[in-house]
Amino acid sequence: MYWNSLSDFLAMGTHGLYVWGSFIVMALVMILEPVLLVRGRKQLIDRLRRQLRAEKLDPAASREESH
Amino acid sequence: MSKGFNWYHFSSPQTFYPLAGKMIPWFWALAALFGIAGLIVGFLIAPTDAQQGEGYRIIFLHVPASWMSMFIYLVMAFWAALGLAFNFRLSAMMAQALAPTGALFAFLSLWTGALWGKPMWGAWWVWDARLTSELILLFLYVGFIALQASIDDPRRADKAGAILALVGVVNVPIIYFSVKWWNTLHQGSTVNIAKSSMAKVMLVGMLLCALACWMYAIAVALMRVRKIVLERERHTEWVKAELAQEK
Repeated sequence: MYWNSLSDFLAMGTHGLYVWGSFIVMALVMILEPVLLVRGRKQLIDRLRRQLRAEKLDPAASREESH
Repeated sequence: MSKGFNWYHFSSPQTFYPLAGKMIPWFWALAALFGIAGLIVGFLIAPTDAQQGEGYRIIFLHVPASWMSMFIYLVMAFWAALGLAFNFRLSAMMAQALAPTGALFAFLSLWTGALWGKPMWGAWWVWDARLTSELILLFLYVGFIALQASIDDPRRADKAGAILALVGVVNVPIIYFSVKWWNTLHQGSTVNIAKSSMAKVMLVGMLLCALACWMYAIAVALMRVRKIVLERERHTEWVKAELAQEK
C-alpha cells in the first residue's frame, strides 16, 4: 500500500480535484451506459409485444407497417 | 453446418442473438475483475510520479479511454465495411452497436485529458494536433450516429453510415501519430515495446485498466447489438417466439 492515510489518498497530493473529477465521471458513464441499455431493452420488448398483439388483432395494419 | 466453423451460420442474427446473450455475463465478470485489479494497482500500489506528483494517476483512466476510442472506431469501420461489401445483416448492426460506446470513450478521453492538462500544462484545452484530432473523432462518432438515425430505411442508413465510418478511418492514424508528426504539448507515447518510459507497476496497472475497458466495451456492445437485432428482425418468426419467451 502506497498511502499513509485515507485523507492522503483523497487529497492526491494537490491534484485531488483533477484525479477524482476524472474517476467519478468515468465511473458514472460506465455505470449509466449499461443501466440505460437494460432499461431500454425492457422498454423495447414491451413495445414489440404490444405491436405483435396489435398485429394479431388487425393483420392489415401489420402489412402496412412492414411495407 | 456439421463440419468446421461456419461463418454464415454465426453471422445469422438468429444464431448470434442467444450466443451473445450467453457471452455478456462473462465479459462483465472479466471487466469487473480487470477493473478492480487495475484500480488497486494504479491507485493503491503504484508509487507517485517524480515529475507529475499524484496527478499522473489520471493516466490509468485517460490512456485506456483514449485507446478504446480509437480501437472501437477501427472495429466499427471494419464491420461497416464488411456490411457494405457483403451485405451481412449482422455486421452493419455491430457497427451501429459500437458507435455510442466509442463516442463515450472519446468523450471520456477528452474529459480526463482536460482534467490532466489543467494541473500539468495550466490549460484545460489547447488546439494542438493530438487534442484536435481526438475531438474530430468524437464528432465522427456523433456524425455516424446522427446520420444513421436520420435515415428511415435501415439498409440505406447502414450504407450511408458505413461510408462515413470508412472515410473517417483516416483520422485514427492521425491521432495516433500526431505526437510524432507535429510539435505538440501532449506528451509522447508512454508505452513502447522496446523500452517503456514507465515503471513496471504503472505499466501493469494501465494495461489492466485497458483490459477492463476492453471487456466492458464488448459487453456493452453485445447488449446493444441484441437490442438492434430484436428491433430489426421483429417481423421474423424467431423474434416473435423470443418475445413470447422473454420475461
